[in-house]
Amino acid sequence: MSQTPAQSSEEKPKPRRFEPPVSPATQAFWDATREQKFLLQWCTDCRKAIFFPREVCPSCLGSSLEWKESAGRGRVYTYTVEYRPQNPNLAGPYTVALIDLEEGVRMMSNVVDCDPDRVSVGMDVGIAWEALSDGRHLPMFAPTGSTTGGDQ
Amino acid sequence: MVGVADDASPTGELELSGRALEARMISEALEDAGLTLADVDGVCHAGSSMGLAEFLGIHPRFTDSTNTGGSSYEVHVEHAAAAIAAGLCDVVIGVYASTPRSDRKRGGGFRGGPGMMMGPNPMAEWEMPYGLRMPMGPYAMAATRHMSQYGTTSEQLAQIAVSTRQWATMNPKARHQDPLTIEEVLASPMQTSPLHLLDCCLVTDGAGAFVMTSAERARDLARPPIYVLGAGTCHDHSMISEMPDLTVTPGAISGANAFAMAGVKPGDVDLLMGYDSFTITALLHLEDLGFCAKGEGGPFVEDGKTAPGGSLPMNTNGGGLSYTHPGMYGMFLLVEAVRQLRGECGVRQVDGAEVAVAHGSGMVLSCMSTIVMGTEATL
Repeated sequence: MSQTPAQSSEEKPKPRRFEPPVSPATQAFWDATREQKFLLQWCTDCRKAIFFPREVCPSCLGSSLEWKESAGRGRVYTYTVEYRPQNPNLAGPYTVALIDLEEGVRMMSNVVDCDPDRVSVGMDVGIAWEALSDGRHLPMFAPTGSTTGGDQ
Repeated sequence: MVGVADDASPTGELELSGRALEARMISEALEDAGLTLADVDGVCHAGSSMGLAEFLGIHPRFTDSTNTGGSSYEVHVEHAAAAIAAGLCDVVIGVYASTPRSDRKRGGGFRGGPGMMMGPNPMAEWEMPYGLRMPMGPYAMAATRHMSQYGTTSEQLAQIAVSTRQWATMNPKARHQDPLTIEEVLASPMQTSPLHLLDCCLVTDGAGAFVMTSAERARDLARPPIYVLGAGTCHDHSMISEMPDLTVTPGAISGANAFAMAGVKPGDVDLLMGYDSFTITALLHLEDLGFCAKGEGGPFVEDGKTAPGGSLPMNTNGGGLSYTHPGMYGMFLLVEAVRQLRGECGVRQVDGAEVAVAHGSGMVLSCMSTIVMGTEATL
């Protein structure tokens, strides 16, 4: 877990970052993040994971889709360190990365609990969560210890 | 291509804006071609071709409002060439004007960014929460991956900015005309690693236009016509997190198709106008268009091959890095390519230029469009 803001009893915390909107196709994903569960969408016909979640499978256009919990393990495909964030509520430097998940899909995220100078391409990472203002959590990734480095 | 015009200034600002600036560009491009508005029956505009035609009071029978970001104007040329060849129209104009620098000063204009309101869409949902700076963040990610995979260095990327600046010293309209060193690029503030400030394009006012017609009609016009020999377009993602391989752009496909249509090889090209939103963008074009092998872009640029006197003159107007970059820069690639092929570029003229490539890059390395152009001698 990283950077979970302290909740005061009365005030609703003000969003620090841009918080993701929810669409009908992604409702289940965001609902599960309330319990810090990381769901991936799968096509039952293609037997492939799908990311980002959507109404139809991008391989076969079928709608036979299901949600499965992911272990949230992946590897840094590439990254950048933001020194001058556009959002004044976010203090740089911080790391934005593309994470290749074990299930064969890629997603954008932040690498947290790690000095930006120590992030590397090929680094093994696992799911971490940051609380959003409405009880949902935003999936993030933190190093899991073993680092292969270099190309995958 | 029978008429071109563009404008930018060393202050980075222009007096006119909006439709007035577009109208001036169209007027200059038509005059360059020896044509008038009454000859125009096709319109291309990356915002609204209908709004532009209404403003001009013309009733075109070919219209194209395609917007693929910065490569929109190469796509317009591709579409216009096909439309003219198919007999849909005779004379097509394309235009672009944007004044972000003046708009910022006036406090007006569109201001996007992470706070802007938008309904559910994949980028708002899966990218914007993570605070990736736009548009440079995605390009920085491509640079990181290229460095990791191929050993490309910051010095090599900086060399692209340095070589491009050498061209800009010969363009009196360029925003930056003083020579630049690799050390200065590396000492400029880190924006989003590994990109420094001077790895990034400018934010300036700028505008341009082109006029196209059939080869037959072009022969009788004011200037020597420049021929569209080949064209190709490809996109493989919209958001950077969906790009299949951050070291290979869809230019590998658009370029190969354009070269095949033209019957031209990279070795035949005298001038590359390759969209340089960032130094890494230009490096990827060199590889994907086949001027060097994948991964060899860094060593390729090291000895100034793309600078004045080099074997592959690139971005001879000073590029988006040093000439102008109003947001969707693709128009300026076309204008400079046409002028170089006509031999109108004065001190920065590439001697004997017969074949030029204008290679546009739109959004976040998303849509590439390649136009191969040649003089009459190449037909």
